[in-house]
Amino acid sequence: MKSLQQLLTECETLAFDLNFTRAKKWKAEDKSRILVGYLPIYIPREIIHAANGMAVGIMGAGDRKQIIKGDAYYQSYICHFPRGIIEMALDTNLEEFDGFLFPAICDCVRNLSGMFKLSKKGKFQRYFDYPQNFDPFIGGTFYTQEMEKVIDDMFKINGVKVTAEGINKAIKLYNINRQLIEKIYNIRDERPWQLSAVDMYHILRAGLTITVEEHNEILEQVLHHIKEERGEPMDNIRVVISGSFCEQPPIGLIKSIEMAGCYIVEDDFMLGSRWIQGDIKDNTSNPLEALGNAYIHQSTFSSAYYDVGNPKGKRLVDLARKRKADGVIFCAASFCDPALLDRPEMQKECDHAGLPHINFQFHENTGQFKVIKEQAGTFSDSIKLWA
Amino acid sequence: MAEPKDAIKENSMIIQKEMLAKQFKELSMATELGKKVVYTFVPGNLTELILSFDMLPVYPEINALQSGMRKKSAEYIRDAEKIGFSEDVCTYVKCDIGMMLNGNIGPTGEKLPPPDLLLLSYTGCFTFLKWFENLERLYPGVPVAMLHTPYQEDGNISKDQIDYMLKQLKEEVIPKMEQVSGQKYDHARLSKMMENSAKAEDLLVKILESAKNVPSPIDAYFAGVYYIGPIFTAFRGTQEAVDYYTELWKEVQERMRLGLGPVTPEGEIKEEKFRLVVEGPPNWTNFREFWKIFYDMGAVIVASSYTKVGGVYDTGFRHDPKEPLESLAKYCMGVYTNLNLPQRVEMLENYVKDYKADGFLINSIKSCNSFSAGQLMIMREIEQRASVPVGFIESDLVDPRYFSYANIKNRLESYFQMLEQRKIILKQEEVV
Ligand code: SF4
Ligand code: SF4
Repeated sequence: MKSLQQLLTECETLAFDLNFTRAKKWKAEDKSRILVGYLPIYIPREIIHAANGMAVGIMGAGDRKQIIKGDAYYQSYICHFPRGIIEMALDTNLEEFDGFLFPAICDCVRNLSGMFKLSKKGKFQRYFDYPQNFDPFIGGTFYTQEMEKVIDDMFKINGVKVTAEGINKAIKLYNINRQLIEKIYNIRDERPWQLSAVDMYHILRAGLTITVEEHNEILEQVLHHIKEERGEPMDNIRVVISGSFCEQPPIGLIKSIEMAGCYIVEDDFMLGSRWIQGDIKDNTSNPLEALGNAYIHQSTFSSAYYDVGNPKGKRLVDLARKRKADGVIFCAASFCDPALLDRPEMQKECDHAGLPHINFQFHENTGQFKVIKEQAGTFSDSIKLWA
Repeated sequence: MAEPKDAIKENSMIIQKEMLAKQFKELSMATELGKKVVYTFVPGNLTELILSFDMLPVYPEINALQSGMRKKSAEYIRDAEKIGFSEDVCTYVKCDIGMMLNGNIGPTGEKLPPPDLLLLSYTGCFTFLKWFENLERLYPGVPVAMLHTPYQEDGNISKDQIDYMLKQLKEEVIPKMEQVSGQKYDHARLSKMMENSAKAEDLLVKILESAKNVPSPIDAYFAGVYYIGPIFTAFRGTQEAVDYYTELWKEVQERMRLGLGPVTPEGEIKEEKFRLVVEGPPNWTNFREFWKIFYDMGAVIVASSYTKVGGVYDTGFRHDPKEPLESLAKYCMGVYTNLNLPQRVEMLENYVKDYKADGFLINSIKSCNSFSAGQLMIMREIEQRASVPVGFIESDLVDPRYFSYANIKNRLESYFQMLEQRKIILKQEEVV
């Protein structure tokens, strides 16, 4: 077994390897293997696994890659995320990827799918439309058809026939993955000082670049290491971060929040890995339907998800309560319409619940954190003072 | 739509003005008239269906653009920002919410009634979802009917997608409309309305395609936004719309016969110097100033994508009385912002060629990701495929803070100079 430090170092390297070396190596080992890149937030990775593929999460170039060509594709008033993706696509980062999926989370990502089509990146480029109708017979059927299209795309590349058995096997593996992640979150909930939010971030993001089997192995080992109580608690407040589900904040920003005296006990950074709440049925004769039902009935809340009937402001407050959070930090990318249009309503819900909150906007390549650190520090101090 | 002061009035303009006055009067008296009110969007609107239940549609984007033209939007946007909306987000949403906060006074100065039904036709723009989630909270208890229009991801409309929409129409939208209106769905009535829709659509296409003439008798962007008004909003499917387009078509034919250019607020364009295709919505806060920069230079917009946001008819689609619900589904999926980028590029490339355009211009809107994300790539593609000079300007729909007259004018002047030089070169090459 590796030491915790070894695991954390490995995860950090994997998380920010924008060349996806491990994934490409995995593909090279077997001719029928394929790599399918996907953008935030969620796709049912199980179907890719069942097609002998690896779903690779492309979470942006962040502050790790200089944007040279990407800026020429986007106006200044569009978030930073897609320009990093285009930069990677025009460079060699995404070579050897067989296809790309663009989940229906906003019009930037939607139109980016068209840009990939126009520049013929990969063998398929598909906008993955989420149903916004939640009747299993209407939205569920639509969702199944969306998944079938992807299965078809993959079949055309490697000829691997996706079977119910194969999908069920993948569901099992991803159920384990979700359970392990949740266990770690729960331990951090009890003893947030045992594993920093930055380390947690690396662990989860690493999982988007390797096989689920390998990730489960890492998660098991991390869990083993943090099961025993260690370290000393600090006089920090507990916060939930909301709004960073797509463009990712730079690590420096997460660190600054932690250093300012906040334990981040809940967040939406790697929301896709935690999208489905609870297990998906792994023993049915129609696993696509099971995946569809899970999407309809077990999705978490998010700005990409139509929420009339189950408003996300309320769900955010419930989550904060569950995590015994002292406050919420709204932390959205600049120009992110989905997150920013949700913010006033979510803030209102926090106000109603008496949950303090602050907000700031960022770019994934922000390099200055002084102001944010000060803001978070004042937030933490004021909560401690009034508690 | 509101019309510029001192404009030359053609008969069709007077008719349109009367139609709008009547519409807003009716809306202001909705309660007295016992009419139910449906808030919905222009792209993917189900106007015939709403009207077939004797309900009245309200389009928040139209309110927002009207507020922009009436110089009210700055105040409305500021008020929305005061309650927490970020400077970075779509200004149509903020303008609409600000208008609500200020008493919901419509373009004619009369109060707009609150909605009895929020019909969220989620077509071509993700922000629509967010917009209506906000409205739902601002109007608690008002039922919401959601119609999700699948994106033309593959560049076509599949049977599965039509089925998905039909199921939603039959099991979600129509039952809610029945419940709110207290009336039963009337297939025959809807079908009858579609006959009118198709007639008006035929006429609209003729009018827009008249711009293929040299000189063009119309401006298909600045004047085009008036031409699309009735059919993109509350009048599709009505006899009034057919009458309006019949009159407009008569006027356009007459201008063609006389070889006249487009009508502008300051008279006819005397000499058509440049023919342009424009992509992107216009700016509303400074609409007239903006237009003037073009007509002062003799630039005529011969085709635009914006006049296709409420429906693409020039590639053959018509509402079909034989299958009214299916055609509503196909209509929704066919609107411009629901097309994928390769389809948009192809359409614009065809416009440049078919309308013999000298150039291609993008007015990129700060607010609007649905249009703006990817526009720079569209521009490159058109430049390569159609071999015409391309231009790029930036503004906003209704936020006056993002309309810089001097900047836009400078850019356009340089662009027109470039077009001028190219014309000279092409002429010289012809001589050789
Ligand atoms: S950051 Fe927001 S606006 Fe930008 S691509 Fe992601 S979801 Fe869309
Ligand atoms: S983003 Fe664009 S299309 Fe969508 S509501 Fe705003 S202005 Fe309209």
